[in-house]
Amino acid sequence: MSTLFDWFANLRKTEPAIQKQQEREIADGLWSKCQACGSLSYTKDLKANQLVCPDCGHHARVDSDERIAQLIDPNTWKAIATDIQPTDPLEFRDRKAYRDRLKDYQSKTGLTDAVVAGTGLLDGLPVALGVMDFRFMGGSMGSVVGERLCRLIEHATSEKLPVIIICASGGARMQEGMLSLMQMAKISGALHHHQANRLLYIPVLTHPTTGGVTASFAMLGDIILAEPKATIGFAGRRVIEQTLREKLPEGFQTSEYLLQHGFVDEIVPRTQLKKTLAQLISMHQPFHHLMSPLKMETVVEPEQ
Amino acid sequence: MPKTERRNFLLDFEKPLCELEARLDQIRQLAAENQVDFSEEIAQLEARANKLRREIFSSLTPAQRLQLARHPRRPSTLDYIQAITDEWLELHGDRSGYDDPALVGGVARINGRPVVMMGHQKGRDTKDNVARNFGMAAPGGYRKAIRLMKHADHFGMPILSFIDTPGAWAGVEAEKLGQGEAIAYNLREMFSFDVPIICTVIGEGGSGGALGIGVADRLLMFEHSVYTVASPEACAAILWKDAKKSEQAAMALKITATDLKKLGLIDEILPEPASGAHSEPLEAAATLKQALWNNLEELSSMSPQKLKELRYSKFRQMGIFQQVT
Ligand SMILES: [Zn+2]
Repeated sequence: MSTLFDWFANLRKTEPAIQKQQEREIADGLWSKCQACGSLSYTKDLKANQLVCPDCGHHARVDSDERIAQLIDPNTWKAIATDIQPTDPLEFRDRKAYRDRLKDYQSKTGLTDAVVAGTGLLDGLPVALGVMDFRFMGGSMGSVVGERLCRLIEHATSEKLPVIIICASGGARMQEGMLSLMQMAKISGALHHHQANRLLYIPVLTHPTTGGVTASFAMLGDIILAEPKATIGFAGRRVIEQTLREKLPEGFQTSEYLLQHGFVDEIVPRTQLKKTLAQLISMHQPFHHLMSPLKMETVVEPEQ
Repeated sequence: MPKTERRNFLLDFEKPLCELEARLDQIRQLAAENQVDFSEEIAQLEARANKLRREIFSSLTPAQRLQLARHPRRPSTLDYIQAITDEWLELHGDRSGYDDPALVGGVARINGRPVVMMGHQKGRDTKDNVARNFGMAAPGGYRKAIRLMKHADHFGMPILSFIDTPGAWAGVEAEKLGQGEAIAYNLREMFSFDVPIICTVIGEGGSGGALGIGVADRLLMFEHSVYTVASPEACAAILWKDAKKSEQAAMALKITATDLKKLGLIDEILPEPASGAHSEPLEAAATLKQALWNNLEELSSMSPQKLKELRYSKFRQMGIFQQVT
């Protein structure tokens, strides 16, 4: 039935000469090779399938602009807090100066920092969306990530919008020291006000979601979704292995492990994500006659 | 609080001072035994010792402060609680099947006023440290802490928390029980409480495990305490790919009280006794009590609404970035 599948089946039987040509075409970006099963897909088809391998279901990494295109209805995206840039407050230098690292990542990715935020329509429903981009310093959380997400959440609170954050992060950005750690508290504070106004927050945990992001906004959803087989955890595997001096259990710190232990509501394949989010948001339109009035909470005006 | 037998836990930079003090003791003994007047020599040596002490402790490197912050004789949460309260009752358990010995808490009175206190608890010796998991709290520890904070909020008691941990417990069991979720939940809920919250870093403030009880109206730090996003050892291993570069990492991460005050992340630095809190624990406790009381009085005059508003805007301002137009 599926011509694509037949095509792949044939592809595996191909001759070396053809393989050589394919390698060239992979380099040209015409073909993409799945990192999990090694099968080749036509890049355009893979994109149409939201970078999910049609053979094994592996979810390849998605850049922030691609993710926005997957979730937000065309021509409805409005970015928020684009006017802030990272600096080097500690004048941090390890093997390389933080300042230079920032410049490198900025020119490599075209991003200013590791998160993009904005509003738009998701299947016609207005949402506030934050998308972390792992390409930018491993999605690490520094002052700009914290500030951008806070402005997003505050905007959502004042406009009564649900918040969705696509998480992908190695954790805190060490080059900003304690400023980076405090972003965890700052974002959690913004989420407190959002929640106190009975607004829906759904983090989507993608590969990988670890460290300070896991210990803050990734785990604070009213409903928490995860992509299949993502690594999700607080401490790094190596740290745990070192302290334990033993092998870690099978499937440890994966989406499936978290689901099994009650920390994730559902694992949603990427191709179903938009539909699932729309479904959840539309089910959470409040029935005011069933709710006691809101506890008086400070409404913090968003900075613009 | 036991007074220290310092020589058992001597740090490298304390050695010259300790040698001088040993000589002083010898001379004093000699003078007493032979009934000779060495008062001039003794006074001279004492002056030298004082000068040396001031020099050493006023120019500590971040790595040296880290050593002091981790000093095995540094007063712990329970030491301070016992020293500064009129009465204290420890309360146990997270009500979900666990009581974490690495994070203790309970109800107390300070200057007659009921409060809820809690903090990370390191051990006194190796055996105690194993029992206390070196002050590394499990998810159940953070859940006990938030349960006690809710109790405080419910009964209108201020919350005093004490940070002293290398970090949250990193282990299979901790992950299974949701270490990330436990800390995250505390961070958000601490913004909701009507009562004043004062947090003091008494020793080592390690990463998310510290912050998990660290959202407060006032953040105080003892002079030689440190507060860091990652241990300098871990940071050196990750960023320098060389664990031996931890001294450099300690410097670069800006972990001392003075640095953090400059960055606008803490409110007040509590001065320590001349040779560090472990040399005169009771003096350190008196400083702590006074600072807590002053801040408590100030915060108690504010309405819950105002308090929460200020707490949020305090954290909201943390972060340094460039606004481009
Ligand atoms: Zn595949």
